[in-house]
Formats: sequence, C-alpha cells, structure tokens
Amino acid sequence: MTDEAIAYPFARTCPFDPEPIVAELRETRPVSRVTLSDRKPAWLVTRYDDVRGVCTHPAFSSDTTNPGYPEVFAGRSKPEEKEKSLISMDPPRHDEIRRMLISSFTVKRAEAMRPRIQELVDNLIDAMLARGGHADLQSDFSLPIPTAVICWLLGVPAEDHLFFQERSATRLAVAAGSDDVKTATEELMAYLDALVDRKAAEPGDDLISRLYADFVVPGLLDRHDLVDLARQLLIAGHESTASMISLGVLVLLEHPDQLAELQADPSLVPGAVEELLRFLTIAQLLVGRVATADVQVGGELIRAGEGVRALLNSANRDKRAFDDPDTFNIHRNARHHVAFGFGIHQCLGQPYARVEMQVALETLFRRLPSLRLTVPLEEVAFKYGSAVHGAHSVPVTW
Amino acid sequence: MRVIVDQDRCCGAGQCVLAVPSVFDQDERTGIVVLLTEIPPADLESDVRATVDLCPGQAIRTEGSPKAPDLGGATP
Repeated sequence: MTDEAIAYPFARTCPFDPEPIVAELRETRPVSRVTLSDRKPAWLVTRYDDVRGVCTHPAFSSDTTNPGYPEVFAGRSKPEEKEKSLISMDPPRHDEIRRMLISSFTVKRAEAMRPRIQELVDNLIDAMLARGGHADLQSDFSLPIPTAVICWLLGVPAEDHLFFQERSATRLAVAAGSDDVKTATEELMAYLDALVDRKAAEPGDDLISRLYADFVVPGLLDRHDLVDLARQLLIAGHESTASMISLGVLVLLEHPDQLAELQADPSLVPGAVEELLRFLTIAQLLVGRVATADVQVGGELIRAGEGVRALLNSANRDKRAFDDPDTFNIHRNARHHVAFGFGIHQCLGQPYARVEMQVALETLFRRLPSLRLTVPLEEVAFKYGSAVHGAHSVPVTW
Repeated sequence: MRVIVDQDRCCGAGQCVLAVPSVFDQDERTGIVVLLTEIPPADLESDVRATVDLCPGQAIRTEGSPKAPDLGGATP
C-alpha cells in the first residue's frame, strides 16, 4: 500500500456507475489520502459502515467556514464566498432550524400531496402527447415536477416556476461562470425576499407563511435567514429529484425485463425507486466533514482539523451492505441505502422525492409504454462534472 | 419487544414511518417521531428492529425479546 495521494474529485465517465477507481479504493484503501482541487489534503472514505460513521460521529463538523473543511470546488474556498446553509451547520443551531421545518416534510404531508402530483404528472404527459411524438424528458417532464412541488410547498405562484427552474440550473452547472452563478443567486434572493414580504402581509397555507408567523414574528429566526432557508429548499428540492426521474427512466429502459415487471405490477414501484436511489446515488460529491477531535475511521486515525470526504455513491455499491451491488435489481431490499445521506443532515425532502419519483415513473411508463430514447445512450448529454449527477437533456419518443 | 424512541435525537427524516406506519408516526405540529404502540405485534418485530438501523438520527432502540427461534404452532 502506498501513501501516494490521489486527486479528488474524480471525473465521472459512465452514466450510471461510479468511477472505477472508487471500487478499487473501497477494496484496497477504504480510507485513503487524496488531494483536493485547491491542493489541500483530505481523507476519502468509501466503505458503507465508515461512510455512515462519518455522517453520525459528533466529532465531524459540517462547518464549511472551518479552515480544515475539504472543499470540492476550488472556487468556493474563500470563507466570505461561502453560503451558509443547513447542511453546513452543526448542532445545536442546525437542529433548531431543522426542527422548524420538519412538520412540512413529514411522510403524511408528502402523501397528502400525491393526488396533486398525480394530476400534474398527467397534465405534463397530456402536453407531451399534444405537442407530437417527441419530447425532451428533462425539460418537459422531469424538471417541472419537483419545481412545482417545492413551489407549492413554499407558496411560490405558478407563473414564477420557470424563473426558478432556470436560475437553479445555472447555479448547478459546472460550465457556468462565477458571474452567472452570482447573478442567478442574487435574482433568486431578491425574488424570495419580496415573497417573504407578500407572505407576511397575506399569509397562505405554505411553509414561508408558517415560518414567518411561528418563528420570525416571535424573534426565533431572522427574516434574512428565512429568505435564505427558502433559497436552500428551492434548490435542494428541485434539480436532484428531476435528475432522479430522468436517470431513473434511462436505467429502466436499459433493463427492459424489469421495466416490464414494473408495468405489469405497480406495487413493485416503491421498491424500484429505492433501488434506483441506491444504484444511481446522484449526490455524487457528498459528504464533506472536518474533524473537531481525533477520530478512528476504518482503522485510520483522522486528526482534529483534518478534512474528510465520505462517498455516498461508493457506500451504496459496497458488497458489505448490498449483495451483488453493481447489479440493478428492483426486487432487492435497498431501504438502507444512503442516497439521501445519513445522520442529522439526511435529506429533509425525501418523502416528497419518493412520492414524485413513484408517481412520475409509474405514470410515464403506463401512459407511454413504448417510450424510448431517440439517440443512443452514449450520446445523451450527461452532467458528468456536476455536484448532482444528471442529464442536460433526454430526447425521447413513444 | 419494547420500542423506545428518543425525541431529542429525532431529525424527522420519516424513515421509521415509512417502514412501519402502524408503530411510528410523526407529530402533525412538530414532525417529531411519535410511538403509536410501545409493544409492537410479533409479526412486525423484525421490521421494527430494522428501523433501529435505518434511523439517521439513531433515535430508536428496542429492548427485550431477542429474536426468538420460530418454534411453529404459535397462537396468534
């Protein structure tokens, strides 16, 4: 075993599988030294138990302003440029704020939205059918679903949904210059700032109105922090779910036998969605932590102040946690996957993401049973370098 | 088997509700875990035990009734 440091992040080259080096490291150097794009050293953790351990150990901090925090993107390394967000906060403040949000993200609340999501999905398919025999699945189907859901949750009017879709996409695109990202962020913040005023004056049955009345008015949350929370929720809830729908469709098209089983028996859909989450793990660059005390992980001593990247996509392909992990199998029990992360930062919006994916995939393949790509899979424009894996466009016919 | 939940550790991810909705719920007002029954029926014990591992906040534990061998003929 050498101590030679490896450059991270890796360049993803396959639409569905992690880079081959991920599997190699998991078997030979499960806690290895890497060099980040800003030349700083960090530890890379690749096994399921170790990844979950990093996510739950109280000595690991998510604070991106800590000098030891391991940034993936070199351009965001200056403390003053870093965005404060729920996922970069530690307890106790993290827990206080997350608790303000939870009641809007329960399993029951998400299930209550299922009929509305079903109607939305049916309307999108009606529109695709009305326009003819071709569509871009990403922009005509996958993106409008989570955009609508998060906008309903926040109370953003329907006519502004496209505005959010475009700016969120700019912020996530690796190709976008920092000026574009800055402009998109400022426009989003300005809109949300004005929206908070509207909700304060005319409260509705939505998250912003509730947070304003329950927490901003009694002084438990700054108005500015509410605007920022709204921004985070919009962005977190939106492109990731869209990517899962598009990539989920592509994986199912690549596995026609399993797709046929799903079409014949919709009760298989929830299990298939869990398996898609595990298999794809699109949050490919998460998780970053900095040690605040010396901690042992997988036999290596990580010292206070050192940075750790724990790979969710590697954990979900670990044979110690999943039999035959590189095989897509809708019949396996994949419930313990870490596609939504693990520990106190585990995805808040996951109940909505599940309902959206279940409804989208079931309805799409029921109503358009002959759906197929119009280009070979390798010609699809995948977002290989992006923080959240996905596809820029997915040309389909039926 | 007895189930114990630590509401202070709950982060409201909903894994337990999704897995065993007849045992776990989320408070409508706070979203925090609520136990619907402390003693789950025997046929749900393995599902409940799985939630100990699924819970991202490590807020669930179980006590007693280690997995009993299946002797057959048990009365419902």
